[in-house]
Amino acid sequence: MQVPRFWREIPRYYRLEAAACVQCDALHFPPRKICPSCGANAFETVRLSGRGALTTFTIIRTPPSGFTDQAPYAVGIVELDEGVRLMAQITDCDVDTLKTGDRMIAKFRRIREEGRTGVIMYGYKFVPDVGV
Amino acid sequence: MRDVAIIGIGMTRFGELWESSIRDLCVEAALACFNDAGIDRLDSITIGSMSSGLFTGQEHLASLVPDYLGRRNVPAVRVESACASGGQAVRTAFLEVASGMSDVVLAIGVEKMTDVSGGEATYALATAADQDYEAFHGVTFPGLYAMMARAHMERFGTTRDQLAQVAVKNHENGSHNPHAQFPFTVTRKQVINSVMIADPLTLLDCSPITDGAAAVLVAPAEMARELQRGPLTVITGIGHATDTISIAHRADLLHLDAIELASSRALGMAGKSIEDIDFAEVHDCFTIAEILVLESMGVVPAGQGGPATLDGLTALDGDFPVNPSGGLKSKGHPVGATGVAQICEAVTQLRGAAGDRQIPNARIALTQNMGGSGGSSVVHIVEAR
Repeated sequence: MQVPRFWREIPRYYRLEAAACVQCDALHFPPRKICPSCGANAFETVRLSGRGALTTFTIIRTPPSGFTDQAPYAVGIVELDEGVRLMAQITDCDVDTLKTGDRMIAKFRRIREEGRTGVIMYGYKFVPDVGV
Repeated sequence: MRDVAIIGIGMTRFGELWESSIRDLCVEAALACFNDAGIDRLDSITIGSMSSGLFTGQEHLASLVPDYLGRRNVPAVRVESACASGGQAVRTAFLEVASGMSDVVLAIGVEKMTDVSGGEATYALATAADQDYEAFHGVTFPGLYAMMARAHMERFGTTRDQLAQVAVKNHENGSHNPHAQFPFTVTRKQVINSVMIADPLTLLDCSPITDGAAAVLVAPAEMARELQRGPLTVITGIGHATDTISIAHRADLLHLDAIELASSRALGMAGKSIEDIDFAEVHDCFTIAEILVLESMGVVPAGQGGPATLDGLTALDGDFPVNPSGGLKSKGHPVGATGVAQICEAVTQLRGAAGDRQIPNARIALTQNMGGSGGSSVVHIVEAR
């Protein structure tokens, strides 16, 4: 992956920046330039809480190239308390004990790296929210 | 618009065809199609391929294909809508003929998938998902459908047996199809106990990686009547719709809007309802996909796809036969070829030429081709006249 393709997503990957429509308040992650709910094109940048509940998930046992060293790993959809749904890996847990409805919190993690000299990509993964 | 008929069909065998290149596959399917049609005229070509670039390094099929068909100078275009690319090729050919722009148009679907490793193929297929917000996290296509399968099981009580029955039924049908990649039968126990790919989906819940091509020749119905080679098969309805690329953004993960809209638009154009359909070829890239498609098209209410499959509704001798060809599961899924191959099966059935998998008195067929995780879909209604 060329550096700019990853670098330009950093506000979303590192800080969970979303777009709130100024006309209808709909919240979009990733941000959009046109609101699919009302058609408006003015937004405010807001940071998501990263807290929510697991709605569904799977355990990837046959990974795509780039992820072979991580398998098996869990990927799920988390609905944040603000109502936005994100797909990401679920980590720092025993994947065999995961259940839908489990509380989750987004953490900053290494996503993957491109060999010894390539880009190291960071972003969000979810971990079980044990309420500490 | 002019009425548009299918005057020829042709397919390669589906499978791991190491001796055949992408150009060989296209030419072989096209030759079979011309032989079937019995004519030599060609005004234009449409080609559906999901990712010839990632799978083979070859783009610009719009030049390669007419060149190697011996038809230099004929206009050609490649269309792409992920796994619905084949359906798009047929739709584009239909539009050319219906509009009067061309008379005889060849629609080819092709994918040459085995020139890359399994990991590279999994990567190439995942490019049909949102690259920055789905694939970035390491999700695969089986993974996306597995998340839908888990949600379906938890919301509706769909069982592993019900999912497995989709594979059992489609392999049974495919065992009668000489083009099928995996023409063997399987049991529910074998499906459930095969190696886990993405929980809860196992290897035998998934369609395979396949090489293959399929072609159809379309022309004005009036011209087809003059040719008089077998029963007239007419495309009476086409529906096409799209949905969010990310499954996380759908209001209901288990209702595929693009499939509902594409099928209702196609049925509306044909003046038919789903009850009028004699059989369907649908996009069973995974066992759960066939169940979701049945529910989204309104064949059964939401949540009833699993029990209905186990009860035999969709079997060859059921009230609503689905995937008599063996579907993507058994016949194979050379991604860009699938939508065209579905039309080939529809025509074969409508001609009464499907042998041991023939559906008696089939007159009206529906084919449903799906892009990615339901981000796009094309539905055709084909009728025998």
